[in-house]
Amino acid sequence: MKEFGGPTIFIDRDDINTDEIIPAKYLTEISKRALKEHLLEDLHLDNFDPLSETMQQAKVVVTRSNFGCGSSREHAVWAFEVNDINVVIGSSFARIFRQNMFNCGILAMELSEQDIESLFELQGDVSITVNMEKEELTAIANKNKIRCNFSLNTFDKKLVQSGGWLNYADKNY
Amino acid sequence: MGQTIAEKIFASHLRDMPTPGNMVLDLDVVMCHEITTPIAIMDLMDKGMDSVFDASKIKAVIDHVTPAKDSKTATQAKIMRDWAKRHNLKDFFDVGRNGVCHALFPEKGFIRPGYTIIMGDSHTCTHGAFGAFAAGVGTTDLEVGIYKGVCAFRVPKTMKIEVTGTMPNGVSAKDVILFIIKELTVNGATDMIMEFRGEVIDSFNMSSRMTLCNMSVEAGATSGICMPDRITAEYLWPFIKDEYKDIDEAVDNFTKLHSDDDAEYAATHTFDISNLEPQITYDFKPDKVKNIKEMAGDRIDQVYIGSCTNGRIEDIREAASILKGKTIADHVRGILTPATPAIYSQALEEGLIKIFMDCGFCVLNPTCGACLGMSSGVLAEGEVCASTTNRNFNGRMGKGGMVHLMSPLSAAAAAVTGVITDPRDLLP
Ligand code: SF4
Repeated sequence: MKEFGGPTIFIDRDDINTDEIIPAKYLTEISKRALKEHLLEDLHLDNFDPLSETMQQAKVVVTRSNFGCGSSREHAVWAFEVNDINVVIGSSFARIFRQNMFNCGILAMELSEQDIESLFELQGDVSITVNMEKEELTAIANKNKIRCNFSLNTFDKKLVQSGGWLNYADKNY
Repeated sequence: MGQTIAEKIFASHLRDMPTPGNMVLDLDVVMCHEITTPIAIMDLMDKGMDSVFDASKIKAVIDHVTPAKDSKTATQAKIMRDWAKRHNLKDFFDVGRNGVCHALFPEKGFIRPGYTIIMGDSHTCTHGAFGAFAAGVGTTDLEVGIYKGVCAFRVPKTMKIEVTGTMPNGVSAKDVILFIIKELTVNGATDMIMEFRGEVIDSFNMSSRMTLCNMSVEAGATSGICMPDRITAEYLWPFIKDEYKDIDEAVDNFTKLHSDDDAEYAATHTFDISNLEPQITYDFKPDKVKNIKEMAGDRIDQVYIGSCTNGRIEDIREAASILKGKTIADHVRGILTPATPAIYSQALEEGLIKIFMDCGFCVLNPTCGACLGMSSGVLAEGEVCASTTNRNFNGRMGKGGMVHLMSPLSAAAAAVTGVITDPRDLLP
């Protein structure tokens, strides 16, 4: 199975919609790679720069509630994927976005608002590792280390293990 | 223990239950448009899986940007066109016959009570108006739907939304759903089905029910759903008349699908709309809603009447009732996009298109167009649009533009005065 984790970026707002993750004008692209440069380019948020170096290195996103609401576009998930971001952690997700993540074999992880808050409180560069077996997540910042547990829906886990829904469905139906 | 309508549909379509909370359903209809389908088609081709589970159950349309506006959209359309041809898809709608998916497919009789439907489009929930389970999905779900005819869901709970009272003059289904979204908030119904009940819904025609269900996703819902009844049967009659001896028999059959009296709901909300006023969104989220009066006088630059929410003949008639014999404000650009060719043609026949043109509106061909800011009326930075669409996200109709969602009556009133206006002030 894929390894999940790495340098982490924070998006500090509820209700980030898929138009903000990838604007509609790029929906005319017919390759996933073409989305790479445009991830989050329409997101206007203090202290957030989609072109920053931290953003370029990121493998994990931590955000708040109802992430990925709005349009069903899987382009939002692909825009993360082609930037090597394979984990999005939030207190809740919009249904279609969450499903699209697991369908692509990558992680949309729901943590309690309290755990999310403690991740946001970490200072400096943060790196998060995900242990799928133990269902445990470790966040390391300068001097601090936080550990929290998560639980994945068994079916979502199977999708991740199968490398996505197409593989799973092809085998099972 | 009784069942809800959704539970009955799930039970009759259950292919697999990989865990107690997850279900895999057999699909009756897989709908496709040119924004989310081409990548699915190309991926299937790449993987040597370019087949369709049942060509008669796939309905495809080019609707979001049509006719193509540039080489990229022309390529998307071509991928769809070639694919439809390759697989002999009978129900494929191209330029001249195409219209906004969620208006076109019901009009063609493709949606029936009790069906399971997916599409790579979040407003697929519109079709719940017919008592079907219809959900928006991403491209991978669509791909599996095309290839295998199944889709997986976390089993959603149902929220009962009871709408009671009598509809006030100047208030429409759009105002009702905006008000409900404000009360529930943008994620108040996540992973749930919004079951619309009550005397107000029973009195709604199919167009109003579609407007209502269309925006259920804006409260986070998997879908909206209404009980299929005589109104549904009458709408569908041309398509189902060979299956039943008369309308009564169809109605009886539909009634079997209705939620049982002892069905269990995750929540119940009752809204008495007798005193509801015309509503409007402000800011960039569909739950930011207030009475339109509170914003009366704010200047607008453009009016957009169309989309899967409010681009049907009933909507055009309503707007025309205000526009008739008037001229739109000098500084306003008015755009009408009838949602389908049949609607366009009907509007022509009824003289409605002339009313729009005489008062200064531009009338476009059926397309999604400016609704998603891709063509046909994109806003410039700082501009404001009074729109009958369903999303007011930042940048939705053009970077830096502001979208105020409202009913067709309210949009028409704004066109005439050039500012946000309570439509009741202009009603004939
Ligand atoms: S009209 Fe707008 S909301 Fe409806 S399907 Fe088209 S783009 Fe989506």
